[in-house]
Amino acid sequence: MEIIPAVTYTYLRSKKKFPNVWCAGCGIGIALGAIIRAIDNLKLDRNDVAMVSGIGCSSRMPVYVDFNTLHTTHGRALAFATGVKLANPKLKVIVITGDGDGLAIGGNHFIHTCRRNIDITTILINNSTYGMTGGQYSPTTPFMKIGTTAPYGNRERDFDICNLAKSAGATFVARGTVYHVTLLEKIVQQAILKKGFSLVEVISHCHTFYGRLNKEGTAVKMMEWQKEHAIPIQAAAKLPPEKLKDKFLIGTLWDVDFPEYCEEYDKVIAQFQVPPEDSEGKK
Amino acid sequence: MKKVIEGSMAVAEAVKVCRPHVISAYPITPQTHIVENLSQFVADGDLKSQFVNVESEFGAASVILGASATGARAYSTTTSQGLLLMTEVLFNIAGLRFPVVITCTNRAVSAPINIWNDQQDVMTIRDSGWILLFAEDNQEAADMHLQAFKIGEHPEIMLPVMVNMDGFILTHAFEPIEFIDQKMADEFLPPYKPELYLTTKNPLTFGILAEPDWYMETRYRLQKAIEASSDMIEEVADQFKKTFGRYQGGLVEKYRLDGAETVIVSMGSVVGTIKEVADELRDKGKKVGVLKIRAFRPFPKEAIYDALKNVKNVIVMEKAISLGATGILYDEIKAALYGKPSQPKISGFIAGLGGRDIPKESIMKVIEKGEAGISDNVFVDLKENLIGGK
Ligand SMILES: Cc1ncc(C[n+]2csc(CCOP(=O)(O)OP(=O)(O)O)c2C)c(N)n1
Ligand code: SF4
Repeated sequence: MEIIPAVTYTYLRSKKKFPNVWCAGCGIGIALGAIIRAIDNLKLDRNDVAMVSGIGCSSRMPVYVDFNTLHTTHGRALAFATGVKLANPKLKVIVITGDGDGLAIGGNHFIHTCRRNIDITTILINNSTYGMTGGQYSPTTPFMKIGTTAPYGNRERDFDICNLAKSAGATFVARGTVYHVTLLEKIVQQAILKKGFSLVEVISHCHTFYGRLNKEGTAVKMMEWQKEHAIPIQAAAKLPPEKLKDKFLIGTLWDVDFPEYCEEYDKVIAQFQVPPEDSEGKK
Repeated sequence: MKKVIEGSMAVAEAVKVCRPHVISAYPITPQTHIVENLSQFVADGDLKSQFVNVESEFGAASVILGASATGARAYSTTTSQGLLLMTEVLFNIAGLRFPVVITCTNRAVSAPINIWNDQQDVMTIRDSGWILLFAEDNQEAADMHLQAFKIGEHPEIMLPVMVNMDGFILTHAFEPIEFIDQKMADEFLPPYKPELYLTTKNPLTFGILAEPDWYMETRYRLQKAIEASSDMIEEVADQFKKTFGRYQGGLVEKYRLDGAETVIVSMGSVVGTIKEVADELRDKGKKVGVLKIRAFRPFPKEAIYDALKNVKNVIVMEKAISLGATGILYDEIKAALYGKPSQPKISGFIAGLGGRDIPKESIMKVIEKGEAGISDNVFVDLKENLIGGK
């Protein structure tokens, strides 16, 4: 019998880069599957895709896939990606980041890239912790949850990533989970199609550190939590406020239009650049 | 009391008895265990300190700068990319003469990404005005923290100190460690009382603009303070010995230098292996010794010349390079010997980058090469098949 490999498999650097570093059961691989399927559905030429990341378990993603990939320094993925996009606007630039990479050390780049509205799709894997370094609390660790640097509970507030992106100027903002994987595939697809800065927050789980420290059980248990706490935005509109307590919304949360940065930049050039003949004449 | 504990725990315990008021850090491998242990001490009330888990190393260095400006004893720890990200603040801390202490758990720098040990991180910030100390084992690393605060906080020095310990090789190694008694630590390291600090009683300003007519003098004073710290490092090592009975050397440690014809100079944990090699060669009748550099800044050129002047072959082995030039320690030792009456032959070897093991056999080969002729910038144990064309 002929075995037809899943479409995701055909995009992996399976000969050189595997096995991967992720713990069995981690949500990052599920997110990667959804991203690959979204790209495949859109029939993008893989040579036109540039995947950029910083450092973290989530930021390892580009290492494993057969696109143009750039694995950079911790927190700087969006800045590197801005350079890539400006230099070659034809590339579909996708940034993979984590809550630590994107919002702690890279928080400054995050707000400014949103504000600039450059055509970059950012997938931020939110597992509420610094997974790669062993479960220290991060800017998305909820109040009073435990991290290895907060053994009796985190006393800081967590970021609302989607609201942050929206207020900073992102033109497309969506949230998914690794449990609702078909929805995730759909919103990643929309995000890639959006002209402008798009952000997809992916609620994921780090059962190895965060889950263990907070007694949230296995990867499966943590995914069940996602199932029970995520409310699709359309459904939420019909629910009374008490039903939304402790829940979070999933789906497309924000989608507006604003001039895209690279195109605006081109307009400036078109308007003020002296045509070559003239410049010769004026010598 | 001796206990077998992890290097990171030994450092955390030592930092605890130094009673820092403020600790700030951002996690990075292989430093994480130090921070996690410290945050546990603070959370448990075993250490009365403010622990701030900031959003980057840039933040961490800035927090300890600010804390120190108010007269607090402040501490941080990092490595590699984290240290490089701190660079701007490191220069400011030294320029403002704030005696904070940072542990650098030495690690290679990107690209390519590598989390294992070498010493390129600290060697890259060597001109920042910090006192740079290097530990060979975990006891020395732990003890160095008490010494570091004492050296830096001396009114005539007032400089930040970085304690360097090799990532993983030391941070994650379990060794028997003599715990430091709090009472003895308090005697050795009294509370920090700076002359000038930010207070509402006597408002001051730090960090103002220095115009060309007096900026240079501030740099001169900084240079003089680092030079003056040489004596202080020796003095504090002696005092430490008096209080705790342990002595790992002052600026340098001389190991089996009596009548040595060949001496290997190095820093950090690899010195332990080199000492073993020297012992074996001595047993065979070969006159080999080791010079361990404990303080790289201030650079102890007198002590180095004194130790090497009667030697035939000097072999410098180091875990960093100034790309486009040579090994940094090698270069500086050559400069220390220049123009002196005796001129030993000197060779430089780069080893152990990005966590490449340095086994005894490799050290033996390095010695053979160094004795046979003059070697310059030799990369030890390169894999020829991996070098490729470009
Ligand atoms: C400048 C710098 N500081 C710290 C680190 C160490 N570090 C690597 S990954 C990471 C956190 C990753 O967290 P996140 O982005 O949430 O990704 P996750 O591993 O949870 O997927 C940290 C602190 C680093 N590599 N570089
Ligand atoms: S440490 Fe956590 S985030 Fe990293 S691979 Fe394991 S489960 Fe995933």
